[in-house]
Amino acid sequence: MALVLKRPKLSLAEKLYLPALLGGLFLTIKHFVRTMTGANKVTMQYPEEKWDDQLPEWYRGAPTLVKDEWGRERCVSCQLCEFICPPRAITIKPEEIPLEDRWSKVEKRPKSFDIDMIRCIYCGLCEEVCPEQAIYLRKDYSITGLTRAEMVHDKEKLYELGGVMHGVVNKWNEKK
Amino acid sequence: MDILSLLLSPEIFLIWTSLAKTLGLLSVILGFVSVSVYAERKVSAFIQDRVGPNRVGIPLTKIRILGLGQMIADPFKLILKENFIPNSVNKFYYYIAPKLAMIPPILVLAVLPFGSELFGVPMVIADINIGVLYVFAVSSLGVYGIVLAGWASNSKYPFLGGIRSSSQMISYELALGLSVVPVFLVVGTLSLPEIVDWQVKNGWMVFPFWPQGFSIEAALHDPKIIIDSIVAGFSLQRILIWIPMVISFIIFLVAMFAETNRAPFDLPEAEQELVGGYHTEYSGMGFALFFLGEYAAMIAGSGVIVTLFLGGWSLPLIPDGSATSFLGLPFIPAWLAGALWGVVNIGVFFAKVSALLFFFIWVRWTVPRFRYDQLMKLGWYFFFELALVNIFITAFVLAFVKF
Repeated sequence: MALVLKRPKLSLAEKLYLPALLGGLFLTIKHFVRTMTGANKVTMQYPEEKWDDQLPEWYRGAPTLVKDEWGRERCVSCQLCEFICPPRAITIKPEEIPLEDRWSKVEKRPKSFDIDMIRCIYCGLCEEVCPEQAIYLRKDYSITGLTRAEMVHDKEKLYELGGVMHGVVNKWNEKK
Repeated sequence: MDILSLLLSPEIFLIWTSLAKTLGLLSVILGFVSVSVYAERKVSAFIQDRVGPNRVGIPLTKIRILGLGQMIADPFKLILKENFIPNSVNKFYYYIAPKLAMIPPILVLAVLPFGSELFGVPMVIADINIGVLYVFAVSSLGVYGIVLAGWASNSKYPFLGGIRSSSQMISYELALGLSVVPVFLVVGTLSLPEIVDWQVKNGWMVFPFWPQGFSIEAALHDPKIIIDSIVAGFSLQRILIWIPMVISFIIFLVAMFAETNRAPFDLPEAEQELVGGYHTEYSGMGFALFFLGEYAAMIAGSGVIVTLFLGGWSLPLIPDGSATSFLGLPFIPAWLAGALWGVVNIGVFFAKVSALLFFFIWVRWTVPRFRYDQLMKLGWYFFFELALVNIFITAFVLAFVKF
């Protein structure tokens, strides 16, 4: 059985094609004028306008190291972050804290702490695993460099990005 | 012999003024090409609610001036790119095809009257009495560049593009040629400057209601003259002749879209189906010449439309370059007044061309591309017949109406 399709009957205006054409021209010029006068929203012009203000508190940007309120590096070189890091971006060389140091009670600190930002996938596992709350993902998302070596964040860079964090870890406080 | 009198002797005068006009017009048109490429990108962006090119400005500074530097950056990039020649192409035809695509639209400009006169020199490079025939003869040569590019590339998509282009341009050439016959019936000449002169006296071809004997000085003295002469302009014979003129204007406009391969008739290029059409295998300057040719064809086509139907360099109330006073201001001498009005006329012509170019771009981002059979049907079944009938209507009207 053949299926008979009912073709729509076109009116003269539709056959002439001109009203539809004029309608389309009117629509496009409306968009043109609206964009030109700034009535239309357009995309954010990135380097000039940034969305930093809209970043949520839990935003996962570049991982950084933090110091506590007495200027002690919180990291104790337990190397848990190094082991959990899925792309193996973190390399830690531990060293002993000398006895005459104020924080000799902590015993261990990182000699060098490198995060290869080409490898980093911003997963935040290092932050989650850290028992000392020493590593935090901050809001820097635009990490650029001209060489591979430049893209490896060393300890100074990580502390510079991280800054000071007032936390709940008080066990190394000599007054306690 | 004195150098000044040598320069003013008729033959030498003709040669150096023609050279000056050619160079001037050519540089203006090439400037127009890069501006229209920028305008195309900007207008398309605005129509699609985007921003468009807005980064390129003055190099090594932060000044961006709306991305106008893009006009220079685009050709500069194309010049610096390698002109890659694929292994299997027919080298000779592959080499000359872009040149053949670019030369005809530029040749068309030779007969366009782009202004009235400047210091007594008529602003048309070659005032030939078969101007329109020359335009059609030369502009239809443009198809050779595209067909040769398609064939010489030895690749399937350019080949399809070339085939499409040749059939399309040949079919629309008929409607194009026939649609302007009514204009010649009315004016009685093929010379483009004389057609413009007719329009100065009688109003634009698409709106032939402009009364005669009318100047800005007269209007300044007595505004009542304007109303009186506009009322007098709407006579029965003018309205009768107006109808076929509008029909032939529409046919000519649509056929010009097809002739310049612009959307909705851009089947030879058809990025979505044919990769890039006839210029798929071209890079660097070869591609740039096709690009230049397309936009130059658009500009030349707009110039022809403006000259034939939209009054050329004339604008109501604006006198031509032979005027002896500038708005009746006493401190401007007669020669300067004429020159000023001549410059204004040139400006009017290019303003009209720019408006048409904007229309070309506007239509491109509005109307979807025709299917190939629809394109052919529209050309052969509709515009061809309509243009033929239109000739008869015009002849009929002219037989009974004194115009």
